[in-house]
Amino acid sequence: MIWWIIKRDLLLAMRRRSDVLTTLFFFVIVVSLFPLGVGPEASILRIMASGVVWVAALLASMLSLGRMFSSDYADGTLEQMLLSPVSLSALVMGKAISHWLVTGVPLVLMAPVLGIQYDLPVEALIVLTLSLLLGTPVLSLIGAIGAALTLGLRGGGVLVSILVLPLYIPVLIFGTGAVEASTAGMGFGAHFSILGAFLLVSIVFSPWATAASLRISMG
Amino acid sequence: MLTARNLECIRGEHRLFSNLSFSVNPGELMFVGGPNGSGKTSLLRLLCGLSLPDDGEIYWNGTDIRKLGVDYRDVMTYLGHLGGIKDDLTAIENLRISCALAGCEIDEDQAADALGQIGLAGREMLPARVLSQGQRRRVALARLLVTRTKLWILDEPLTALDVAAVELIKGILEHNLAKGGMVIMTTHQELVMSTVTVHHLVLS
Amino acid sequence: MTINWFKYASPASFYFLAGRMIPYFSIAAIIFLIVGLYIAFFSAPTDFQQGEAYRIIFIHVPAAWMSMFLYVVMAFWAGIGLAFNTRLSSMVASAIAPTGAMFTFLALWTGAWWGKPMWGTWWVWDARLTSELILFFLYIGFMSLQAAIDDPRRADKAGAIIALVGVVNIPIIYFSVQWWNTLHQGASVSLIQSPKMATAMLSGMLIMALAVWMYSIVMILIRARLIILERERHTAWVSELKEGVLE
Repeated sequence: MIWWIIKRDLLLAMRRRSDVLTTLFFFVIVVSLFPLGVGPEASILRIMASGVVWVAALLASMLSLGRMFSSDYADGTLEQMLLSPVSLSALVMGKAISHWLVTGVPLVLMAPVLGIQYDLPVEALIVLTLSLLLGTPVLSLIGAIGAALTLGLRGGGVLVSILVLPLYIPVLIFGTGAVEASTAGMGFGAHFSILGAFLLVSIVFSPWATAASLRISMG
Repeated sequence: MLTARNLECIRGEHRLFSNLSFSVNPGELMFVGGPNGSGKTSLLRLLCGLSLPDDGEIYWNGTDIRKLGVDYRDVMTYLGHLGGIKDDLTAIENLRISCALAGCEIDEDQAADALGQIGLAGREMLPARVLSQGQRRRVALARLLVTRTKLWILDEPLTALDVAAVELIKGILEHNLAKGGMVIMTTHQELVMSTVTVHHLVLS
Repeated sequence: MTINWFKYASPASFYFLAGRMIPYFSIAAIIFLIVGLYIAFFSAPTDFQQGEAYRIIFIHVPAAWMSMFLYVVMAFWAGIGLAFNTRLSSMVASAIAPTGAMFTFLALWTGAWWGKPMWGTWWVWDARLTSELILFFLYIGFMSLQAAIDDPRRADKAGAIIALVGVVNIPIIYFSVQWWNTLHQGASVSLIQSPKMATAMLSGMLIMALAVWMYSIVMILIRARLIILERERHTAWVSELKEGVLE
């Protein structure tokens, strides 16, 4: 059943490619603005790189949260999901996975290119990309709760950022920490383990909390 | 058998209805009528379990539907006034996905067959965006041909349908009722059903 | 004598009970505040390292304690409201949020005032201050979500979810920030620095903490009463109250 949801959302994304590309370009533009604001000094850029890329990834992932449930809500599909004999948590998991495939994965793939703009060494580029690979699914999973709670509310887009961004902080800290550790020549395995732990915890709790939130918002 | 006991529904500061009790037996149809804003859709949403009544209970064969959960959703089909039709998907994709969500997966041929029966032959591969309101409605209603559930809760199923389509839907409903199914629906168009027991519930 | 506790779970009985309790807690709050401030500003000795400016911790520390404690209490009541569908507990949770946010803000503000003479800067990215800032964001999130929802039942339940998610995340956020801080600054300057606190200092701090407690209870009861009145304005007992039949 999860596959049906993922397949459908990917199909919809394929037919509405512009939505996917907007998120990606938002990410690219935000990251590219910083050197213009701070100056092109390579040594400063290298220090900032992981933080800038990660914050831009948080914002890009968050901005696309509005789309996660809103179109299903508007056309009545969400009602069908709530009334489906299939567990709602499983359906929500499918929605979060497809959100990640559509928004998270392009960010992960684009990150090394942006890292080059910031003069990052190859090893740091790899660590940055891997940290995003581990961290962005957590963003989609946590974000799903916020998206479900703000469903159909006026000003939902701004509200979701207030709800969700503070919860993203641990991911941000350990994601950027991994890159810094690698540039400092220290091990970054611990960071990846912690990011992995965040991922596992959010896989267990987030679909459940999101399903509960959807029932509240639709009730 | 679906039984509602002393239902009360409050929206904001407005009491839509209270002390509402009725039951629908196998083979019976219930029309829910009343002016706009009288709570018809709210009642249907309570009956299918999307929202909770402010007071009262709903039983399916003697058990509270809240306790039944998935077991209730297994025997019930709800079609809201929003059909759950995606503009960017074709009629066939829409039907297959809504059936899969409802727990009965069908293949492409079965979907094409159902769409043909409901009068959409030759339009199966068109994206829903180019279909007319009535045709989109038909795509949503095609699910009734495939589903094996007993209880159907339909919110304004006849909106935007032409005379031929209304006759078609009438036939589908009669078929389900003859099998011992139950239908609860809102409509502004009266359907004349001679062979089955029909209840009228008018909300004011 | 048996007390029917469930009686007080109805908003109406709680309204009157709270009304009777408010004066006592107000008096207690004022007494503790006067005693606590006297100790803080006159009785407690001047710190030989930090001078007079350290006295701000008599407000800063109790406010910080209370801000964290109130979030947990708020999440607890909101969770009870969600699990057992008890309206009163959800109303109490909504009543707690502004007071909690106020103390979080107070802790941040006094932290800045303390930081200026101590560190020569209004803000440092100290682990405690950063966590307090994030806690402030969490309070704001809870209140904005509830404010955006018109249907009170949905507001209660949605608020409960975000409060519970917040409570699960607070330890994770706290340890992340702690870890981040040690990585970036080495040993951070902590606000309660002196290892052996003078007895006068400690007692002053505890009495101020009690004052803050009493103040919170008073504010929460007052706000809960207002929320009850607003939500129940169409019920018979509120109309009777308006006509002066009760009380």
